[in-house]
Amino acid sequence: MSAAGTYTPKPGAAPLPRMIAAQAALETRMLLRNGEQLLLTVVIPTLLLVLFSAVDIVDTGDGEAVDFLAPGILALAVMSTAFTGQAIATGFERRYGVLKRLGASPLPRWGLMAAKTLSVLVTEVLQIVLLTVIAFALGWSPHGNPVSVLLLLVLGTAAFSGLGLLMAGTLKAEATLAAANLVFLLLLMGGGVIVPLDKFPDAVQTVLGLLPISALSDGLRDVLHHGAGMPWADLGILAVWAVLGLGAAARFFRWE
Amino acid sequence: MRNEPVVQIESLVKRYGTKTAVDGLDLVAGAGITAVLGPNGAGKTTTIETCEGYRKPDSGTVRVLGLDPLRQADALRPRVGVMLQSGGVYSGARADEMLRHVAKLHADPLDVDALIERLGLGSCGRTTYRRLSGGQQQRLALAMAVVGRPELVFLDEPTAGLDPQARRATWDLVRDLRRDGVHAILTTHHMDEAEQLADDVAIIDAGKVIAQGSPDALCRGGAENTLRFTGRPGLDVGSLLKALPPDSAAAELTPGAYRVSGTVDPQLLATVTSWCAQHGVMPEKISVERHTLEDVFLELTGKELRG
Repeated sequence: MSAAGTYTPKPGAAPLPRMIAAQAALETRMLLRNGEQLLLTVVIPTLLLVLFSAVDIVDTGDGEAVDFLAPGILALAVMSTAFTGQAIATGFERRYGVLKRLGASPLPRWGLMAAKTLSVLVTEVLQIVLLTVIAFALGWSPHGNPVSVLLLLVLGTAAFSGLGLLMAGTLKAEATLAAANLVFLLLLMGGGVIVPLDKFPDAVQTVLGLLPISALSDGLRDVLHHGAGMPWADLGILAVWAVLGLGAAARFFRWE
Repeated sequence: MRNEPVVQIESLVKRYGTKTAVDGLDLVAGAGITAVLGPNGAGKTTTIETCEGYRKPDSGTVRVLGLDPLRQADALRPRVGVMLQSGGVYSGARADEMLRHVAKLHADPLDVDALIERLGLGSCGRTTYRRLSGGQQQRLALAMAVVGRPELVFLDEPTAGLDPQARRATWDLVRDLRRDGVHAILTTHHMDEAEQLADDVAIIDAGKVIAQGSPDALCRGGAENTLRFTGRPGLDVGSLLKALPPDSAAAELTPGAYRVSGTVDPQLLATVTSWCAQHGVMPEKISVERHTLEDVFLELTGKELRG
């Protein structure tokens, strides 16, 4: 027994910013606690950066290897969190009724999506800080305008989030797990992350260049490695992917 | 207590493909605790999930606290607590962590520590959800439904799979909610749960409400008393009936399970046992009992409730 009046109704939603902040904090904690997710978002990008900078396995052209690699690894970090990690986590949340249960809470669905985005951005900031520190230790000397870099990262995140949520909201959790990892691996190899796109035949290069990972790694490399101005072509490709991905996710996402 | 119904459902129809899950269901639930009782597949979960805003009716109307669960969801959600039949928690979250999170989504939540203590979830410690026992997962789901201090809770099979002690703890909490003015709609296929907890019982079968009333009223509706016994299947019930007083009834409910109803007194008991003796039948598990919801259900549907 509890004292009379303990459960007397006093309903009400918490203020929206507080709900979204709480949700984002919980999602980020879940991600940082998950070993597979950390492998994907932290361990693999760090290992690739260190290994390929230190050992001359791939011909990365003139100059320090790290100057070529760092932008690609930053693009990979964005993909690992916004696409692969988010797809797998959301797929299992859907499978285990988490999305369903939260759908009955005072947090509106758009608030849940906002919290997921916030959690992705927080994770990306942590990744970028870590990878940047390591890259500097390896002798990285970046150039370029930080605004261009920020724009690329934001549009890249939007593009990958749309594709990740589309996958999580339409496929079974196990299929999402398998497909998201496979896509991660394929795009890691063929998206200009560690292997320069000009190593591929011309026809293949053109197609690969249209992938979101190629646009992001190429754009980041143009700015950070070559000190180029605003990379409009790459931003355009990312914007198209973002509109298509987020549009399809909004249209086809199933909550249960 | 309010006069407006807590839940009002009119002519609800819900189909999944060619299967009709809810078939023109009408239900008005007033203040207090309403149990929706029925066998598996009767349409209980579909009905409750329509009230929770998860399902869009194919036709009919649903109002919860006077609101449309789909179109007025934003206004309704903070006022209602939901306990799903299973799941609903991040597999890597700890019980207290998830409960604190749901509390944070509400303006004036219950004291989380007291609720954890009350439901015996304190022993879960740092164990993540996927490693909790089924009973612990059930109690966490119940805690998540009540932590926001709702006016109304939907509890879908709140004691399914619980051991008797945990079941009693859940019942005690539901009674405390009722005492403090929280309304509850709970589904169950345990008639004892409905008898113990509910102010009002709606019996549903094949997607329709087939009877509704207080447990007492429903039970009074049938015969006064019941005598049950088991014997070998296929006894001549007609011959037994001839031996009994005129106001009696006798039936073989399931093979080998017999029920005699009417004025059950020592004379009737003697009549039944002597008839058994004449027919070389050893009546086992002979019992005299009050009419139960299970009987009501059997009479209405010709089916066993559990099964």
